[in-house]
Amino acid sequence: MRAALERRRHLLDFAVRSLARRPAKNLGLTAIYALIVFVVGSVMLYGAAIRREATAILASGPEIAAQAMTMGRHEMSRDADVAALKGLRGVRRIEPRLWGYLWDSAGAANYTLMVPPASDGAHAVAKGEAIVGEGVARARKLAPGKMLFLVSPAGKFLKTRVKAVLSSESALVSSDLVLVEESDFRAFFDLPPGVWTDVAITVTNPREVGTVAEKAALKLPGHRFVTRSDMARTAEALFSWREGLTLALVAGAILAFALLAFDKASGLSAEEKREIGILKAIGWETRDVIAAKLFEGGLISGLAFLVGVVAAWIHVFFFSAGLFEPVLKGWATLYPRFPLAPTLDALELATLGMLTVLPYMAAILVPVWRTASADPDAVMR
Amino acid sequence: MIFHPPILALVTTSAIAALVLAGSAVFALRLLAGWDPTSGSERQIGLERVTHLVSTVVAFVLVMEAASLVLFAFNADRMAPLFVGAMCAVGTLNASDWGFPALWAKIVVFFAAFAWLAVDRVDGRTRDYALIRVKYLGLLILAPLVFAEGALELAYFLDLKADTITSCCGKLFGEDKPDLGGDLASLDPFVAMGLLAGALVAAVGLGLAAARGRGLAVLHGLASVAVFGLALAAIVAAIAPYVYEQPHHHCPFCILKREYFHVGFALYLPLFLATGAGIASGILALVGGRLEPEVAASARRGLARTAVAGHLVFAAVAAALVLHSGLTLVP
Amino acid sequence: MITLEGVTKIFNQGRHNEVAAVRGVDLTIEDGRVTVLRGPSGSGKTTLLTIVGCLARPTTGRVRIDGEMVSGLPERFLTEVRRRTFGFVFQKFNLIRGLSALDNVVLPALPLGRTHRPLIERAQALLDHFGLADRAGLVVEHLSGGEAQRVAIARAMINDPAVIIADEPTASLDGERVAQFLAIAEDLKRSGKTVLITSHDPRITEAGLVDRLVTMADGRIVEAAP
Repeated sequence: MRAALERRRHLLDFAVRSLARRPAKNLGLTAIYALIVFVVGSVMLYGAAIRREATAILASGPEIAAQAMTMGRHEMSRDADVAALKGLRGVRRIEPRLWGYLWDSAGAANYTLMVPPASDGAHAVAKGEAIVGEGVARARKLAPGKMLFLVSPAGKFLKTRVKAVLSSESALVSSDLVLVEESDFRAFFDLPPGVWTDVAITVTNPREVGTVAEKAALKLPGHRFVTRSDMARTAEALFSWREGLTLALVAGAILAFALLAFDKASGLSAEEKREIGILKAIGWETRDVIAAKLFEGGLISGLAFLVGVVAAWIHVFFFSAGLFEPVLKGWATLYPRFPLAPTLDALELATLGMLTVLPYMAAILVPVWRTASADPDAVMR
Repeated sequence: MIFHPPILALVTTSAIAALVLAGSAVFALRLLAGWDPTSGSERQIGLERVTHLVSTVVAFVLVMEAASLVLFAFNADRMAPLFVGAMCAVGTLNASDWGFPALWAKIVVFFAAFAWLAVDRVDGRTRDYALIRVKYLGLLILAPLVFAEGALELAYFLDLKADTITSCCGKLFGEDKPDLGGDLASLDPFVAMGLLAGALVAAVGLGLAAARGRGLAVLHGLASVAVFGLALAAIVAAIAPYVYEQPHHHCPFCILKREYFHVGFALYLPLFLATGAGIASGILALVGGRLEPEVAASARRGLARTAVAGHLVFAAVAAALVLHSGLTLVP
Repeated sequence: MITLEGVTKIFNQGRHNEVAAVRGVDLTIEDGRVTVLRGPSGSGKTTLLTIVGCLARPTTGRVRIDGEMVSGLPERFLTEVRRRTFGFVFQKFNLIRGLSALDNVVLPALPLGRTHRPLIERAQALLDHFGLADRAGLVVEHLSGGEAQRVAIARAMINDPAVIIADEPTASLDGERVAQFLAIAEDLKRSGKTVLITSHDPRITEAGLVDRLVTMADGRIVEAAP
């Protein structure tokens, strides 16, 4: 047992020395390896961080949103609908909501206009006031105190004074938001009183969401009920999908890298071949040489992985993944700018390892074996 | 669904394993056709050389499969929010008909690779390649298993759709269900734990005696398999509820979660190791007729010791979890 | 005692460039003696050397060491026998560049898993014995030809083998260093080691310490004296 451990120790030591003796050759490969880890790691860390942000933000919204539907398209809800839901058991609060989309040619972007719900005191606006998201503020160069002018498709005009700009912490979902007072909203979109865009339902016990949604659907058969977990799932799936697609595209790079590793491991210099021949001649078995060479590969992998992961982490959390933002965030005009909470996850690391280290080790197996199988008498011929 | 990063990693791993084993299987046919260790011909020397590659490659596959099994379970748990009704790995696995079969296939491949490697190690210690034919015939069985596992896994991931409504562990392991999950969950915890304890005693006893004879080693292998099955049953029926301190929560995957301090790993790792070693010991006893007695006994001893250690650690962890729990299932 | 029975070695079997380097050789190497293999290049003496030293397997025929048949052994056991029994000194010394003399000497023992300190002490003792105590830490590129050869011999002795094999040991050495080598060979013989040398250098073949001279030509043994 001890001999087996000592043997491994000696072979590992030899591997370290071997790498140290040829710094130039190994440094090049390690740099490319680290780059691959960096690219894949950045994509994964960024995707995971965004998904976490989205989940965290959604967690503070209502559990169910009820929307009226006619012939599969969205319809306005009425006061009567809201009243019908009031008697439901397990419901903490029923809140009709007013919101809609507006295309703004001045900023060349779509905004979401919304009346802040009565329960949201922090974002209350008075008539003639507006609170805007940071994307809107950027597009129209707004700051608290400045005037915001909007024109509806029907030609209605709305003039508001910006009261505040929403913080970038919620930017993922609020970037394009414009919060206005209810009468301003109704006048702008020409809406009579008693109609609402949808109804937000807050449920007392989160486990009862499904049951409440079912009961509500019985009361309002013409409505559809979107639960928070539906939204979370969609967001999660969307970000995952985008992340995965990017990775699939990067797969080409990983494959190229594996081929490079194979080639490097196969193309030993005459000096290296001589060395292995000597080792075989003086008493090393094929499996000893394989072990030493795989240790070398493992050390290179370890170094490249460490460097790549650290660089990816810094890239994502300190530079907001500047290289990949467009693909991962989506193709809206108003990219939100917001800091991501730095986190590291065992599952992500393991996945990253399997996408980078595994192909490398697999690629060098055959070349390592081939060189280790050199005839021991080759040095004498 | 297929573009979720851990899924890409898992599919890549299975693809590499399948590729590598396909090559090995082709070589196995060549070896079985022309192996002659007494010959000094270049052909024979060439065959011997390639056997080193195959050994290295299957060891690599074993490590990959072990990592892949853990990642698969972890990922299933992490993906649960994507499926309506899923709250842990069980829901994710249930979201497709291929889910559980893929998991079982992965477990089988792990044990098969483990056993192959054990036989390979012992063969390397013989002076006359005593087990080489058996080994490469075994490879012709291992390769299709790996392909099947990759295929099931791929089918599962291709079949997964986010809007599937699935049932979670509460429904799958609900005591009133008429299927296997329900049967396990409704098993009397006292009976489950008693059976497990009995099987563990038998396995440990046979493990300590396994070095003495091939028959005992085979029995030890069978006992290890029995312990594996009974352990899973006991985890569902009794140990999991103790961990959750909830008599109706029987899920065998939720114990891997962070909120339970990942104790599931402390249970499953020694169990898998012990089962692998026990199965390997039994298989070695079955096929090792041509081995020299000392080599055979030494190999059996090593494997049996590993199995015994694993079983004892598992028993200790399980006992600790039950005793430490605030729940009382058994009067 | 090493016995070869009907040993043949064919390269590129079955191909157009097939060549039989060794044909039907029967040979016995006796313990504690100095045996020299002589012959022109292409005579097969180096190939025969590799077969005797278990570096290569014969295509047909048998090799026995102290009665034990070794030619059919798996690589692992063959290597084990080789490590145990033989120490090689190559014509070009074949030391690994970039490693020190000491590191080179311990190389054959590393896969055996021997503990670090006793191994280093033994290597150091061997280098001392050959007068290289102060050169132990130098990388081998900085050693002279004679020093390099002595490091190679020390390396060959690290596992305390019974047989030392030297391939053309004096090929690139001057008179003084040849004498040095012969002195070492004499020393080895006195300590009970078996020595096998290939050479066509008359300073070796006609040296007094040679117990047996075997002449090869065209893959066969043409003369063995005594």
